[in-house]
Amino acid sequence: MQTVKIVVTGPFNAGKTEFIQSVSEIDVVSTERKITSAAEKVKESTTVALDFGRITVDDDLVLYLFGTPGQKRFDFMWEILSEGMLGFVVMVDSTRPETFREARTILETFRAYAPTPYVVAANKQDCKDAWDIEDMRLALRLDPKVKLLSCVAKDKENVKKVLLELLYSILEEMGEGNS
Amino acid sequence: MALRGNLRDFSITQLLNLINLARKTGTLVIEGASEVAQITFREGKLAYAQIGSEENDLAAILQRSRKITPNQARVIRERTRKMSDKEVGLLLINAGYLTQKDILESLQSYCVDVVRRLFTWVEGSFNFNPDQLTPDGKIPVRIDLENLIIEGSRQLREWEQLQEEIPSLDMALKFTERPGTNIRNLNLSLEEWRVVRYVNPKNTIRQIAHATKMNDLEIRRVVYALLQAGLVEIVRPGGVPVGGMVRPFQTTNKQEQVSLLNRLINKIRSI
Repeated sequence: MQTVKIVVTGPFNAGKTEFIQSVSEIDVVSTERKITSAAEKVKESTTVALDFGRITVDDDLVLYLFGTPGQKRFDFMWEILSEGMLGFVVMVDSTRPETFREARTILETFRAYAPTPYVVAANKQDCKDAWDIEDMRLALRLDPKVKLLSCVAKDKENVKKVLLELLYSILEEMGEGNS
Repeated sequence: MALRGNLRDFSITQLLNLINLARKTGTLVIEGASEVAQITFREGKLAYAQIGSEENDLAAILQRSRKITPNQARVIRERTRKMSDKEVGLLLINAGYLTQKDILESLQSYCVDVVRRLFTWVEGSFNFNPDQLTPDGKIPVRIDLENLIIEGSRQLREWEQLQEEIPSLDMALKFTERPGTNIRNLNLSLEEWRVVRYVNPKNTIRQIAHATKMNDLEIRRVVYALLQAGLVEIVRPGGVPVGGMVRPFQTTNKQEQVSLLNRLINKIRSI
């Protein structure tokens, strides 16, 4: 049995748990706790260690999806989770520009841990306060080559699209490595 | 869609850059700690600026740029009470008191000055309104934002460069086995010596910063200098060099890896 891993990361409340829940064949194993910090109390509970989802491809291959905790004080988990990943998805809440800088820092940190392919998912694009994708690209200082994808994490088709784009990027990079 | 947020998270320079690159038209309203500024843009160029309740009628601006005296400004205001800036400008040009160039230079200088003052604003909220253009009767200017952005970003640049060089403070440092510099000729500053004392693969850069009471910028500055001198290198905490990662695939065969990825793609498509 072979297992491969994709990591879903991003700032607090970006929608990582929801993203994994949309496609996982098992109930996502979340290690959530009630939020104690008043500043972060935009939702009732948050991921403190990791979210864990699974997609069984066939008898011989399983894809694991790991969601990282979004709060800064749990960032010691990031490096452990990033080990051996195929690639990663950076989730960004399109309605909260105050989190863009943190998203950029998380992206750079993961790139430092493992220079694997990644895509950026602009989540909550169905909300009226969502920033335009191209404005977000500028704000996040993303190179035009970086895939920045419109996303609604609770929509399975959207999540599939994001994962597929990441896998295409991994394939492309392997092709470049061959040439 | 919405373009609003907080200056703590999104600096004036970043906003100007975004407006410039996206060639936006509209008015950026910035509510600072004690004043409100309104900056109007047309196709990504600065068109008009107003800050707080500061007098910004044409006479005031011409007086500020010393094209006219305070007394002349007072007389102009008295005689053109119900006239717009555009009408006053035309009157002054037609009467031969000033040239079009004088007026435009004064307006440009004023708008640039307002934006420069905004660079010091670090607290407040902003909201970009694409429907709000230069107020009626005001004379719009057309100023490229590039130079202003360069000026504003100069102070941010060092920080950003250091963040790129050292993206994570959770890495550790170790002395290079073969330093690229002749150690005998190396002069370290006091701050550098303080950091050097703690260089050890067991200590993360963040821990060193804490021990030496340095903030993120200061520790990055020192670490960058030590890296440039070839004295230290970045390693993962515990001493494993960066790059020695667990492999994502169990197989090392490229064709098998591609086949595996294609199976993943087909599966996700079919979910």
